[in-house]
Amino acid sequence: MLVLGIESSCDETGVALYDTEAGLLAHHLHSQIAMHAEYGGVVPELASRDHIRRVLPLTQATLDEAGRQLTDIDAIAYTAGPGLAGALLVGASVANALAFALGKPTIAVHHLEGHLLSPLLADPAPSFPFVALLVSGGHTQLMAVHGVGHYELLGETVDDAAGEAFDKSAKLLGLGYPGGPALSKLADQGDATRFKLPRPMLHSGDLEMSFSGLKTAVLNLVKEQSPLNETTTADICAAFQEAIVEVLVKKSLAALKQTGLKRLVIAGGVGANRQLRAALDDAARKRRFEVFYPPLSLCTDNGAMIAHAGAKRLAFAQAAGSFSIQPRWDLASLPAVE
Amino acid sequence: MPYLALDTSTEHLSLAVTTPAGIVGRDWLVGQKHAELTLPRLAELLAETGLVLQDIEGIAFGNGPGSFTGLRIGCGIVQGLAFARGISTLGISTLEALAQSASANKVIACLDARMNQVYVAAYVREADGWREATAPTVCDPHALPLPEGEGWLGIGSGFAAYGAALAERLGTQLAGIEPELFPRAAEILALALPRFAAGQGVPAHEATLVYLRDKVALKTSERVKA
Repeated sequence: MLVLGIESSCDETGVALYDTEAGLLAHHLHSQIAMHAEYGGVVPELASRDHIRRVLPLTQATLDEAGRQLTDIDAIAYTAGPGLAGALLVGASVANALAFALGKPTIAVHHLEGHLLSPLLADPAPSFPFVALLVSGGHTQLMAVHGVGHYELLGETVDDAAGEAFDKSAKLLGLGYPGGPALSKLADQGDATRFKLPRPMLHSGDLEMSFSGLKTAVLNLVKEQSPLNETTTADICAAFQEAIVEVLVKKSLAALKQTGLKRLVIAGGVGANRQLRAALDDAARKRRFEVFYPPLSLCTDNGAMIAHAGAKRLAFAQAAGSFSIQPRWDLASLPAVE
Repeated sequence: MPYLALDTSTEHLSLAVTTPAGIVGRDWLVGQKHAELTLPRLAELLAETGLVLQDIEGIAFGNGPGSFTGLRIGCGIVQGLAFARGISTLGISTLEALAQSASANKVIACLDARMNQVYVAAYVREADGWREATAPTVCDPHALPLPEGEGWLGIGSGFAAYGAALAERLGTQLAGIEPELFPRAAEILALALPRFAAGQGVPAHEATLVYLRDKVALKTSERVKA
């Protein structure tokens, strides 16, 4: 079965073709990061205006690369939420009209399920059950994943997402928007021992996390050390990244211990962070568990994870026609796939 | 050959198709339910007129100005349908469609743009179609561009929302108002047919929108200045 996937929930337009036999055939992505950078953050209306210019050219490029025709497609998956309402509606409108005209069904995909299942696109792929750390600019959650749709929330951030803390701290350090990746790069050159930043809720005894205090600590350091020279900026970056990584790793280990599971899966944009990967790989060797990541190119939002999640949910495909989106959508409310 | 038109730029959903007996149009007051209702109502209209989607040769749509989200649902649906069928699309100004719905020859087409503004253009009916007397723009009702002369009919939701301000601005130039008129697919289709015949249709991925309100956020540099 050939599934076309369309993602347009925030600032990335993604389209992909996933075959239930052959796997991912092709995927194309357009990032709006440069467009929003001038505004210091994502402008929802501009995001929507860009998505509607991108979906069809990306679809054509994906079909061309896969050597397939529209008429070969068996179902069309699209991100129905959570995300920006206007942005979600673009992908949903195109997807439903395409499916309506082709006489094919649609699958409304939950964006986070797309991320959560994306490590299954890697080789080797993890088998169920596993603990998933979903860590991006919008989310930081630990989940026990027993199968597609069998999700148990173990703990999550009580305030900022980890990726959000990266971007906000980068802004405080004058690294622009979105500065998370720039912060990580500088951190590699810094001395993480010069400044000591807090590890909020590290010893809370549960799997909840908090990152907004860390951002405040960075703000205080910036004020105290101002004007910042290059070395000090790099040292703050290093201290910040070390603090976040330590919290994410310790909480992940606690989640493995609590559930008794032996596989850890990382998904979401922060999953591309090199220091996080190194620390997790190190812990996995010492503690004898397996850790899985999505391919680097699929850490950000993308169409491949939507086509893939849609393919896992073919049983829930619906006739194209009336559609709606869910800007807020609880992952735990998804029906399980047997 | 049959053609299809749709408009989702207002709280109405409007669809039309060409039939041997002429243009058949349908309008519904749907609020913000365009996503839920457009494709099902299209299926009903096709069934009612004995058509199937495979018959349709081209799709025209109201390409703005209007509700940003409504416009994008319509444009997204047009793109999807036309891309799947490999047929052409044609965007028609919602203001020109509004003018086409009036029985007068000199009209000021005006839609409520919210935020105390209107989308507006003035049109004069000539032998070969509508001539713009003032170009489409978004503005404060008190700053409406004034067309020349008198005898103008004011039409559309702008005159419902800002009737007093527009009447004051236009003074004796305004001959009357019909605020209940809205852009409809039937008029969009009537305007589009000769343009399709003239080869002005474009492929699905070139179906684009005209928002008029293009400043939707301040850049970081502009916020600092402010």
